[in-house]
Amino acid sequence: MANKLINQMALPKSIANIFAARNIITAKDALSLTEFELMELLDVGMAEVTSAMAHISEVVCPPCQTALLLMEQRVRNESLAGHLPTRLKGLDEALCGGIPFGVLTELVGPPGIGKTQFCLKLSLLASLPVNCGGLDGRVIYIDVESKFSSKRLIEIGTKSFPEIFHKKGMAQEMAGRIRILRPTSLSEFAESLQRIKVSLLQQQVKLLIVDSMAALVLGEHDCGASRQQALGWHVSFIKSLAEFSRIPIVLTNQVRSHIGDESLMYSFQAQSRPTKEDNPVTFDSHLVAALGINWAHAVTIRLVLESRSGQRFIKLAKSPMSPPLAFPFNITSSGIVLLDDDGIEMKGPEINTIHCQVKREKLDFGLLVHFSNLFSFTYSKQTKSSQKSTRTGTRKKLRWETETGMGGNIWRGDRELAPLTSL
Amino acid sequence: MEIGMLPISASKRGKLLAAGYTTLHSIARTSPTHLARDIEVSESEALEILNVATRTSTLDRSCGSNTNIIDGGQTAWDMFNEERFSSLITTSCVDLDNILGGGINCKEVTEIGGVPGIGKTQIGIQLAVNVQIPLEYGGLGGKAIYIDTEGSFMVERVLQIAEACIEDMSEYSHHFHKDNQAYGVKMHPNSILENIFYFRVCSYTEQIALVNYLDKFVTEHKDVKIIIIDSVTFHFRQDFDDMALRTRLLGEMSLKLMKLARNFCLAVVMLNQVTTKHIEGSFQLTLALGDSWSHSCTNRIILYWNGNERHAYIDKSPSLKSASAPYSVTSRGIRNSTSSSKRIKMV
Repeated sequence: MANKLINQMALPKSIANIFAARNIITAKDALSLTEFELMELLDVGMAEVTSAMAHISEVVCPPCQTALLLMEQRVRNESLAGHLPTRLKGLDEALCGGIPFGVLTELVGPPGIGKTQFCLKLSLLASLPVNCGGLDGRVIYIDVESKFSSKRLIEIGTKSFPEIFHKKGMAQEMAGRIRILRPTSLSEFAESLQRIKVSLLQQQVKLLIVDSMAALVLGEHDCGASRQQALGWHVSFIKSLAEFSRIPIVLTNQVRSHIGDESLMYSFQAQSRPTKEDNPVTFDSHLVAALGINWAHAVTIRLVLESRSGQRFIKLAKSPMSPPLAFPFNITSSGIVLLDDDGIEMKGPEINTIHCQVKREKLDFGLLVHFSNLFSFTYSKQTKSSQKSTRTGTRKKLRWETETGMGGNIWRGDRELAPLTSL
Repeated sequence: MEIGMLPISASKRGKLLAAGYTTLHSIARTSPTHLARDIEVSESEALEILNVATRTSTLDRSCGSNTNIIDGGQTAWDMFNEERFSSLITTSCVDLDNILGGGINCKEVTEIGGVPGIGKTQIGIQLAVNVQIPLEYGGLGGKAIYIDTEGSFMVERVLQIAEACIEDMSEYSHHFHKDNQAYGVKMHPNSILENIFYFRVCSYTEQIALVNYLDKFVTEHKDVKIIIIDSVTFHFRQDFDDMALRTRLLGEMSLKLMKLARNFCLAVVMLNQVTTKHIEGSFQLTLALGDSWSHSCTNRIILYWNGNERHAYIDKSPSLKSASAPYSVTSRGIRNSTSSSKRIKMV
């Protein structure tokens, strides 16, 4: 809409020519200037500028719909009223039917908690035929960390939908509908997004998964503002993708540790609270989502996966239609299973904290894996192994050795990633 | 008054000055033909300049002769009288209404900001529903414009809140009029949905265009009483390299919104995101879009977590004292925080 040409808007010929002469070709060019700037640049009076801008604005501005129309449209046009059921009963009920179409849904949690498992299950569900409760469509799975396991996918399929997967040829067909892309950099990702945009409608794509968004962004070399900028562009592009094609988009996010227990506050809050001078300085670290607050604003639904005293929980941390609920879950051979369909309601800061307390007996195993992977220098293997290792001290030391030995480049992304410290 | 003040193009202004016309007074006596020859423009253009000039100069002269000090404007007393009867839109949370002096004020621009998941969109939807409460129930009976830049508007949720709102109204009428046959609420949730005009904005240019167009739209739909922008920030945060340009565009947009609020006596509610800012050696949360933007709204409300409760804090307001009040987001919409214990769980 914004790139509409001004000379095709049926403006009076004289003023349209002036716009063209000053190289203001599209509506975007015109609207990116204030009216005073335009008056100077075009060398015409205020009244002409105002009326021309009013005309351009009217052409460019998006159409108006009433909320009623919007709802009727959704009910009429979309299977399952615009939701992809997760088959987790409690979660589906809280979300009014499942992962909604047209918006971004985020999964955030520590490594190894089950984010990828959840994504695998979702991609299967979207590819199932309609009579089995699926969307009967294709799935695009953007696998940044090379964590997608086709073996596991088939396993989840056969365990959860035996009636389909035991039929001859069905497993092949279902798995054939899921296309995995492995971009290695943000620019490659942007390129594949452009291609996806074209094929989304023709190819009956019903789900887009990005696992993980954080690895993609944090893997880039530049930091700070320019990274923020790059992320911003991608976020708005993905959002518009979801919007115009009306498909659910699921993205995963990693965690990092946040040193110090002082959470972010507004300036007026700091004044009203007594300063904690008497407390000794604590270096307690807790986990926060790796992509920051700007990103968090952009997602519509945020699911936090965490483990507390050995029990895994899936929490609905942000959702426009549901109170914040937590569901205990387990990972079985058929994927994620809720232990209780009645969610526990949460209050206050609990909603957004991410706990990670893994059972102790896992520890030895974790270290073993870590050593075996120590000298394989792919980024993905590192994250894989870090899923299992839990001891910070050892990990830090190991990382230090590799870093000094091999030059920091490989580990650049990793520095941003959190060591798992909240034991 | 000088030529420089006339709203005409720069080149014509230059020509006038070069020909020695510096004041309006000097221009007023010339004929169009004379002027056209003097400054080398066509006669019709000269006529136009004269028209503009005479309009401006009559405005100028009337100031002195009238009893008012200056034309246009209002005395403080008139404003006071008007404001006393000005209409308010309830937030459905009594505590919040109390610190706001009764609700969201019409004719004012109110900015509401907070961390993700605190309930900004919920407040936006609640207001879009509440503005439609009929006059006999103490509402405005107006319509709402909802401008969605983030795609977080959920129709299902609007329906939930609308149903709860109608239930509350019928309970209220039952309470006051025992013969509820005559006073039964005739509203239907669908009619509430019908009165919310929804715009989905996909880029900052569309956002600016829409704000320009709203003037016309509201003229055609006089009963619009609230404009909600959810959120004002999103696109302006993504696509900009030139921060000075961003500030200028935002400034122009907020001026237009303020004008809309005043001219059509409607409330403008802008939802804003938060960002972190480095102040005195530590990171603090603050609303996005920078310092110059924070001047552009009349009232600013910040939503934050206080322990286990959601609170709203009045950060800036010319008429209200800064205070904070708890609220809660329930399945029925925004409500008092104490009633949250009675909340029906959605199972």
